[in-house]
Amino acid sequence: MGAQKLCNKKDLVVNSGVCALAQVNGQPQQLAVFYLPDTEQQVFAIHNWDPLGRANVLSRGIVGSIDNELVVASPLYKQHFSLTTGKCLEEDISVPTFAVTLSGDDVLLTA
Amino acid sequence: MAKLKVVVVGNGMVGHHYVETLANSDIDADICVIGGETRPAYDRVHLSEVFDGKAPADLALTTREAYEELGVDAHFGDFVSKIDRDNKQVVTEGGQVFDYDKLVLATGSYPFVPPVPGRERAHCLTYRTIDDLGEIKASAKGKQVGVVVGGGLLGLECANALKNLGLEAHVVEFAPGLMGVQLDEGGSRMLRRKIEALGVKVHTSKATEKIVEGDQHRLRMEFADETSLETDMIVFSAGIRPYDQLARDAGLKVGERGGIEIDYHCKTSDENIFAIGECAVLGNFIFGLVAPGYRMAEAAVLQLSDDKVSFTGADMSTKLKLLGVDVGSVGDSKGMADGALAFVFSDERDEVYKRLNVSPDGKYVLGATLVGDCDDYDTILQYYLNEIELPENPESLILPASDGAAPTLGVDALPMTASICSCHNVTKGDVINAIDNGCMTVAAVKSDTKASTGCGGCAALLKNVVDFELASRGVEVDTSICAHFKYTRQELFTIVQSTQTKTFDQLLASHGQGRGCDICKPAVASILASLWNEHVLASDLVPLQDTNDTFMANMQKDGTYSVVPRVPGGEILPDQLIALGEVAKQFDLYSKITGGQRVDLFGARLNDLPEIWSRLIEAGFETGHAYAKSLRTVKSCVGSTWCRYGVQDSVGQAIDIEHRYKGLRSPHKLKMAVSGCTRECAEAQSKDVGIIATEHGWNLYVCGNGGMKPRHADLFATDLDTATLIKYIDRFLMFYVRTADRLQRTSVWLESLEGGLPYLQDVIINDSLGIADDLERQMQHVIETYQCEWKTALSDDEKLKRFRHFVNSDLADDNVVFVEERGQKRPADLQEKAQKTLKAVS
Ligand code: SRM
Ligand SMILES: Cc1cc2nc3c(=O)[nH]c(=O)nc-3n(C[C@H](O)[C@H](O)[C@H](O)COP(=O)(O)OP(=O)(O)OC[C@H]3O[C@@H](n4cnc5c(N)ncnc54)[C@H](O)[C@@H]3O)c2cc1C
Ligand code: SF4
Ligand code: FES
Repeated sequence: MGAQKLCNKKDLVVNSGVCALAQVNGQPQQLAVFYLPDTEQQVFAIHNWDPLGRANVLSRGIVGSIDNELVVASPLYKQHFSLTTGKCLEEDISVPTFAVTLSGDDVLLTA
Repeated sequence: MAKLKVVVVGNGMVGHHYVETLANSDIDADICVIGGETRPAYDRVHLSEVFDGKAPADLALTTREAYEELGVDAHFGDFVSKIDRDNKQVVTEGGQVFDYDKLVLATGSYPFVPPVPGRERAHCLTYRTIDDLGEIKASAKGKQVGVVVGGGLLGLECANALKNLGLEAHVVEFAPGLMGVQLDEGGSRMLRRKIEALGVKVHTSKATEKIVEGDQHRLRMEFADETSLETDMIVFSAGIRPYDQLARDAGLKVGERGGIEIDYHCKTSDENIFAIGECAVLGNFIFGLVAPGYRMAEAAVLQLSDDKVSFTGADMSTKLKLLGVDVGSVGDSKGMADGALAFVFSDERDEVYKRLNVSPDGKYVLGATLVGDCDDYDTILQYYLNEIELPENPESLILPASDGAAPTLGVDALPMTASICSCHNVTKGDVINAIDNGCMTVAAVKSDTKASTGCGGCAALLKNVVDFELASRGVEVDTSICAHFKYTRQELFTIVQSTQTKTFDQLLASHGQGRGCDICKPAVASILASLWNEHVLASDLVPLQDTNDTFMANMQKDGTYSVVPRVPGGEILPDQLIALGEVAKQFDLYSKITGGQRVDLFGARLNDLPEIWSRLIEAGFETGHAYAKSLRTVKSCVGSTWCRYGVQDSVGQAIDIEHRYKGLRSPHKLKMAVSGCTRECAEAQSKDVGIIATEHGWNLYVCGNGGMKPRHADLFATDLDTATLIKYIDRFLMFYVRTADRLQRTSVWLESLEGGLPYLQDVIINDSLGIADDLERQMQHVIETYQCEWKTALSDDEKLKRFRHFVNSDLADDNVVFVEERGQKRPADLQEKAQKTLKAVS
């Protein structure tokens, strides 16, 4: 399957997240897409569903780093989720991650 | 040479401590321990926790396997019945025989049951072992009333247990007061008041004559004064008696009032036999606490080595919580010594009693009694144990902080021999040693010295000693706000102000590391806002904000938001009420009157927020900052305009004040109120800033708090005219903004402010720091740069671009589902959601 265009670069918010709707294996999925322009990878995506707060809100958390791990803090109860692995730092739980890239002005879901 | 054979009789707390200490020492010995109870040693001190739901197994201090691993030969459930000193053997009831070179008696004690006729009846119980607990529970089942005979420490603990079992609890005491051993009369009286308030019935000066069958309940107690009491069960807790029969039979010397006599080396009259713990008596004194028992065990172990340390007695000071009441007793608690001077503080409203006994020359603490408030216990104990000379006004040690600041004893004043943890006998010297050996945190010192791993009562003191010691060595005690900035919030504030830093990235580059996190980012955003007051959604501030600030609304549990317009002073126009209702109807929002005299509209979707707010702003509303760490509401009462008692216009004052300080970003939220007279209908004394009208002006109160830990505000200044009132509030608020910790309400801030209220008054009223002008200027800047954040945001498309659920679709979040209740919507719960989705599919 080819790459899927999610949105434009200008829809992103620097050092923060937005939520994009994507089709993954024929199903609609909410992706939390983070734009960190000073990292090599630039864009990161994990699922928008906070499994602990049970709401679609992860794109609205604060982005930061904990021991060199890039993380977002859930806006509901503040647990941290890794932007690269989806793993929660406090609880034994993960959220799915998605491969995204910036191609020119387009934000692409590649797999 | 054959190994030394050591036999220990009794596996209670002290016997176990002996076994463990010996097994872990360099002394080469074969250890055998014989315990009469069927289970290995357990924590008797915390026995009553089983009634709070703890499993008996959680009290275990050791296990059979652990003993096996230590190479200890352990036997349980068999009592030693005879000591054969000639052949150096002990014989058990079960017929087992053990040879010894050295014998250690750690048989403890048993509850004393006064010889009252009828005491042998069913449901007359005692309280000392895990097995006793089972009997008490079984007896209480389905019953209503329980009596404890004995109003000492254990009796009261037992009364609490009966209460927890759902019984109406009575305490029957022979003496005129409770806890007569530890407390003086005043303390005992206060304790009684507090305990009775908790629903325990106390009967003092009651001698039980006999126990007979009851009419309404199982038993009836008949007293010498011809009264009687019916109950379903009786627990005797009238003191303890040492288990010394074994020693008596063997011809060992016993004390006049029982107990196996020992010398300073814990030796009995037979030089191969030691006695330790509650069965031992030294100079006619029995030490009925764990800590002295442990010291005896250690001393007795050392007698087998070359290092013959003595046991010369131990401090019997105690601090405990009985039925939730703090009780403390230090040294000569009743002031029995010749010429002792007493200072007594008694507060019948808050039910606090404190007595401090000092030497005739006023220089040293002899003892103390504390009931209802043990905050001063640590300080007094240190003065006592270390014979530290008292300040000139010793009473300041027990007076409430506001009446002349109590000098808490700096840990630097403690000598090296000061005991920090009495459970594990750790001195200040030991702590410092541990730090010398590389322990750099409280946790490391704890695991190295075992300090604070017993009853836990010394945790605060230990932390103080460690922090102080590390700080005095120049080791940074970590007060940094997070891993990204090695500074406190106060330091960051000063840095940002003095370097005129305007962005988080600048600050991170100059003073931090990493990328920041959800702790430092909002904290820095708040500092930047207090100082420069730019719009919350300025592009370089956005990534720093908590979601509530980012969307200028409070996130609810389902990811929707709430909307709270400002209603200054709670005064609202009928047309505004109508507008609120119309907006709520149009966007289907759940409506509720808040505790802050305004209206909250819940369940707004992200994409509706801008539309909702533009309608509200049209109707004359502004943002209410319900989402921000800043001024929330200024509550008011109707005041002199309408109320027959009002002496000033409290509504007008509240409105002015709300307009003045709205939008001020601070370390935590701020709440204020203005009442029109002393009847205080606006509850000003529970606010960060409270104002109460007087005949002559305004009384200003500060640092009150509702919430988790309510605090009454302190009266700060009286009869102020409006201009002075505003000046003081300006200064007060800015001083708080500058010096408080992250998320520290004014109440907690004041509590931690060195010098307390008098210091604060000096800074604000007398300008003792010379910063008053600066504080006022800073406040003026914030006031002048105020903008309604929503209004500004609505005119800027860039700021609004985030207000939609998907950046690439107009669909809504399908996880947001509502159901109806009492005519309004509310978030669906999991089950309701599942049903709704099912319906949609079918
Ligand atoms: C709406 C309201 C309850 C209500 O239905 O009445 C409310 C609702 C919330 N309160 Fe409150 N508090 C409300 C009045 C109060 C009051 C009473 C008052 O202000 O007179 C108190 C006690 C007074 C005080 O603060 O000293 C109060 C003490 C708290 C606390 C505890 C603060 C503390 O110092 O211990 C929190 C938690 C916190 O701030 O960390 C809190 C936090 C919250 C939060 C923000 C929790 C959250 O993070 O989601 C709630 C969400 C509000 C929302 O979504 O709009 N709320 N809260 C009240 C809004 C008042 C307003 O108009 O702004
Ligand atoms: C409910 C309760 C609360 C308490 N609270 C506190 C507190 O807050 N602080 C504090 O410091 N102290 C407290 N104590 C007191 C503390 O528990 C005792 O001081 C401590 O347990 C004494 O230890 P010990 O080993 O000397 O005696 P015990 O713990 O009584 O152990 C003696 C053991 O020896 C056994 N034994 C006796 N005779 C023989 C024999 N002939 N052969 C074999 N075994 C025998 C007994 O069955 C028993 O198991 C409390 C006590 C109770 C009951
Ligand atoms: S506080 Fe005083 S003025 Fe205000 S409503 Fe109450 S009685 Fe009236
Ligand atoms: S005093 Fe009990 S743990 Fe330290």
